[in-house]
Amino acid sequence: MRRILPFARQNRNIKTILAVSVIFSGFFTAPAHAIERVKVEVPVHEYKLDNGLKVLVKQDKRAPIAVVQLWYKVGSSYEHNGSTGLSHVVEHMMFKGTQKYPTGEFNRIIAENGAEDNAFTGQDYTAYYQVIAADRLEVAFELESDRVRNLTLPPAEFKKEIEVVKEERRWRTEDKPTALTREQFEAVAFLNSPYKNPVIGWMADLDAMQVEDLRAWYERWYAPNNATLVVVGDVDPDNVHELAKKYYGPLKPTETIPPPKPQTEVEQKGLRTLKVKAPAELPYVLMGYKVPGMVNAKEKWEPYALEVLAGILDGGNSSRLSKELIRGKEIASSASAWYSGFGRLPDLFSLSGMPTKGEKLETVKVALLEQVEKLKNEPVTAAELARVKAQVIAGEIYERDSQQNQANVLGSLETVGLGYKLADEYVDNILAITPEQIQAVAKKYLIEDTLTIAELDPQPIDPNKPKNAPSFVR
Amino acid sequence: MLKKIVLAQLALWLVVFASFAQAAPKIEHWTTANGLRVYYVPAPELPMLDLRLVFDAGSARDGAKPGLAMLTNSMLDKGATGLSEDQLAEQFEAIGAIFSSSTSKDMATLGLRTITLEQEQKAALDLWLKVIAKPDFPQKDFERVQKLTLVGLQAEKQDPASLGGKAFYQALYGDHPYGQPENGTEETIQALKVDDLKAFYQQHYVAKNGLLAIVGAVDRTQAEALAEQVAGVLPVGEAAAPLPEVKALTAAKTVKIPYPSAQAHILVGQIGNKRGDDDYFTLYMGNQVLGGSGFTSRLMKAVRNDRGLSYSVYSYFGPLAQLGVFEIGLQTKLEQADEALKVVQDVLGKFQQEGPSVEELEASKKDITGGFPLRTANNSQIVDYVGVIGFYHLPLDYLDTFTGKVNALTREQITEAFARRVQPDKMVTVIVGGDEK
Repeated sequence: MRRILPFARQNRNIKTILAVSVIFSGFFTAPAHAIERVKVEVPVHEYKLDNGLKVLVKQDKRAPIAVVQLWYKVGSSYEHNGSTGLSHVVEHMMFKGTQKYPTGEFNRIIAENGAEDNAFTGQDYTAYYQVIAADRLEVAFELESDRVRNLTLPPAEFKKEIEVVKEERRWRTEDKPTALTREQFEAVAFLNSPYKNPVIGWMADLDAMQVEDLRAWYERWYAPNNATLVVVGDVDPDNVHELAKKYYGPLKPTETIPPPKPQTEVEQKGLRTLKVKAPAELPYVLMGYKVPGMVNAKEKWEPYALEVLAGILDGGNSSRLSKELIRGKEIASSASAWYSGFGRLPDLFSLSGMPTKGEKLETVKVALLEQVEKLKNEPVTAAELARVKAQVIAGEIYERDSQQNQANVLGSLETVGLGYKLADEYVDNILAITPEQIQAVAKKYLIEDTLTIAELDPQPIDPNKPKNAPSFVR
Repeated sequence: MLKKIVLAQLALWLVVFASFAQAAPKIEHWTTANGLRVYYVPAPELPMLDLRLVFDAGSARDGAKPGLAMLTNSMLDKGATGLSEDQLAEQFEAIGAIFSSSTSKDMATLGLRTITLEQEQKAALDLWLKVIAKPDFPQKDFERVQKLTLVGLQAEKQDPASLGGKAFYQALYGDHPYGQPENGTEETIQALKVDDLKAFYQQHYVAKNGLLAIVGAVDRTQAEALAEQVAGVLPVGEAAAPLPEVKALTAAKTVKIPYPSAQAHILVGQIGNKRGDDDYFTLYMGNQVLGGSGFTSRLMKAVRNDRGLSYSVYSYFGPLAQLGVFEIGLQTKLEQADEALKVVQDVLGKFQQEGPSVEELEASKKDITGGFPLRTANNSQIVDYVGVIGFYHLPLDYLDTFTGKVNALTREQITEAFARRVQPDKMVTVIVGGDEK
């Protein structure tokens, strides 16, 4: 389904996606890590069209298919109060026709060619993709290039589609207590950073949205010089370049695309807490610290240290949260930690947990905070660090199994402004992290003054039960 | 004359090779000395290996103890050969190996993914075999898993989609094992004992009741050695007896579950088909047009595109060892639930009577045959398919012949199959959301 896939909020996604390509090239000597590195490099071919469109191509001949993605530099973090959800609604309307291919034609032609097709909107980007038999690549180019500039945005279609988006919002957020908690948590954790905007938009903004708003948004951001085309699969790079010139070449660039306003988050001046009441069975706690990302880190290694730190807490079944909170003390039924340094703007280091039967939410919250303190007070052990690194080394290979993930890495890095070449350095930078560096970022950034804590306060689901008494906080 | 025969043979070979080259992975199959079926697809391009053991030990085998199969499966890595769960997890993860396990109605699955460097692969396999062959079922961990399962059951109560799904299966299958919840009920989970799990494990996790799928950068000789090693730790045992047959519904049934949600979650359906069913391809193709093909299906057009009633609407046949489900699902805001349900019923009724149009059928054929290479493009997908083909004893050339079978179907065959197997007047309807009426 046309969907939102907020990469920026899925640390594990980015972390696991960031895999470098490989062929056997011998072992590294004297491995400082638990397992041997198998390093392989498959080149990325880079082209730029005269109209500013960037084209990235990576060969993967394992199957006769191609993944074709068009990434735009626009997402919910480009939006403003009162107009949240615009990028995502444009995504929906992208399937509602151009002059050449009226409503329904896009999907019909895609199906006729047996292609898989969809799109996703995140905080920092919107991407449209096809997965298609490699010998039908041209179909994807023809359809996608046509809607870069030629959307018709029919008002009658918009009227129906905005209702679909509202249903999507009800389904995704309003009826899911933990999703609802997360949405409010982000809105409180950020005062003025646009990462406070829900990707799908606030319901009131959807109610008020007009097709003219979409037209203005479309005209402003959807241009070849604001996009990157990524192709991964059984393709010839120069052939892809020729096809790109043929279909995308004639598109006019937009003269000036004013960069988004900085909307730099104001400094947090102390702990923030909130409660979310919703019909639910289980309480839930979600907390987040303000941390730097790749874009603003003064020390280049810090985001990598935070990545590894997240892995120490929650990288697999042997990590600390599983071992100590779910097993060990047996206080949590679930516990997680994540961080992504790959956003356009600085983001959060988050922790969350759900108590197990008979345990209080407070116990889980305290235990999560204790885990943070422990990271500050003691260096992680060599064995723990080796395990996290072993997973990164193996993940580098496993992630190559998915052609789509390979394309996601290139497209997302390029679109947030970090550049796709960062993927080549990722594993090396992770492997260079020391216990002292992990301790240092814990001490520097995981501090109460920049912390936000949200608690889900479950309200009865059974309509015959009385609602919880209102609680007042002084 | 001779020349003609040779040419004819050559032509035949070309056809065979052409279809090979087009996409489908070639599956090699053999049985180990002690009766474990093995299915192997070489994938030399990446230095990684996926192993998957599948046993006929899904929740349909729970008997009077719903949740038994799932808990048994999830207890294997909680301790084996004296190693604790912590130690097992540490050892797998120290070499970048991924252990996985899951249970469905029919299957209990144990998976291993590892890189194929000699040392790591050997260590990963040794550890995996310990978990498979010598689980300890520690009492303390069992109690924790029991407790977590209870939390899981509680979590379902805050998820209208889960509530609906459970009610749907119960209404469709009644007393048949497929009607029981895979994760049990509070009562049955609490009543389980470690000895129940041990007995279930000993009976079902045996060579003759399972299969091994191997996909990755190992050659045939290595694959055979791997298979013997895996089989070597399993007792021969017996294959499980066939499951009882499923009875068709005799009357329509509606289940309403009040819930304080913004949307109503609606499920409509019936008993569907089996893996290897004579009507498999006709029902599959028909359903593509009805609600299986995403944005171009009739349900999507009527419910979402034309009326904006729902974000998602779908229909599918979920074939199992015995008759699985035929299910239509959607979510819509409470006030529109009746309207959306009516649209679904109209679309289904019309389709059941008239079948697909010639154009729709042609479009679906193009969709399925054109998209075929996408389905086996990576090792994860291949190992999934191989597991299913092996478990349900589908022909080894199943993937090769798939598009040919699809292309041979006629409109009349599909219409006839839908008329015979779908009864719009005997549907189960589940609606979660809204007040009690």
